[in-house]
Amino acid sequence: MSNFSVGFRSTGAVQVLALQGELDAHTASELEAAIQKCQDEQQYQIVINGENLQYISSAGLGVFMAYIEEVREQGGDIKIAALQPKVFNVFDLLGFPMLFDITETEDEALTKFENAAA
Amino acid sequence: MARSVHTKTIPSSTRYLDDVRQFVVTHAQEAAFSEDTVEQFKIAVDEACTNIIEHAYKGQEHHEVDIAIIIDPDRFTVRIRDEGEPFDRSKYKEPNLLELTQKRRAGGLGVHIINRLMDRVEYRTRGPVNEIRMTKFRTPPSTTNGTKK
Repeated sequence: MSNFSVGFRSTGAVQVLALQGELDAHTASELEAAIQKCQDEQQYQIVINGENLQYISSAGLGVFMAYIEEVREQGGDIKIAALQPKVFNVFDLLGFPMLFDITETEDEALTKFENAAA
Repeated sequence: MARSVHTKTIPSSTRYLDDVRQFVVTHAQEAAFSEDTVEQFKIAVDEACTNIIEHAYKGQEHHEVDIAIIIDPDRFTVRIRDEGEPFDRSKYKEPNLLELTQKRRAGGLGVHIINRLMDRVEYRTRGPVNEIRMTKFRTPPSTTNGTKK
């Protein structure tokens, strides 16, 4: 069975979700629950750290797509950081870089949130 | 090198997607495809099986999905069979990412991924059995001036 987990940590006003393992149709509901938790706590500045994300399918991508508009309407964003190249390729295949802020490092994403707040 | 065929049957549940990915990766690696190509098979087969589980079988877990890996000297084909609702290609529209996010929806991405990653995709229904065949050639089909497509 697919192994997937989401680690939560905060850096100032930003919620960082560290993804680990394989994100597919079986595990996508865990990502959904994590983002929903952020919404419920009115945390709209979210950085997804993909350093340990080994795999993603369209089910995982679909979760981001389902939440991005709402998060941005609340003045926040979901930034995606530190993706492994093979995982970034899947985002890229579907044109995600046009619509999502995808950064090389978590720090870059955090800085962007800071600059937006300033 | 003669044709070799490897088969696997899974119950129609997403908990088995990892098993299917491992199965495909093992044989694609053994057939000496590049790492990139192995990753492409991995996701294409995952997407196809997910669609069968969610759409052909409407999420019911008591059915079966049959996967066959067919390795020929010049190509690698994954054939997946189910006995659920056939995929109606006439109703398929290529996804527009912006439109989907505005509607808070996320459908049709799997088919798009399969079409982009595989060299050839064929659908067939014979009686109760639906079949998708996804193929990658060792040397991709070239255009008339010889450059890779």
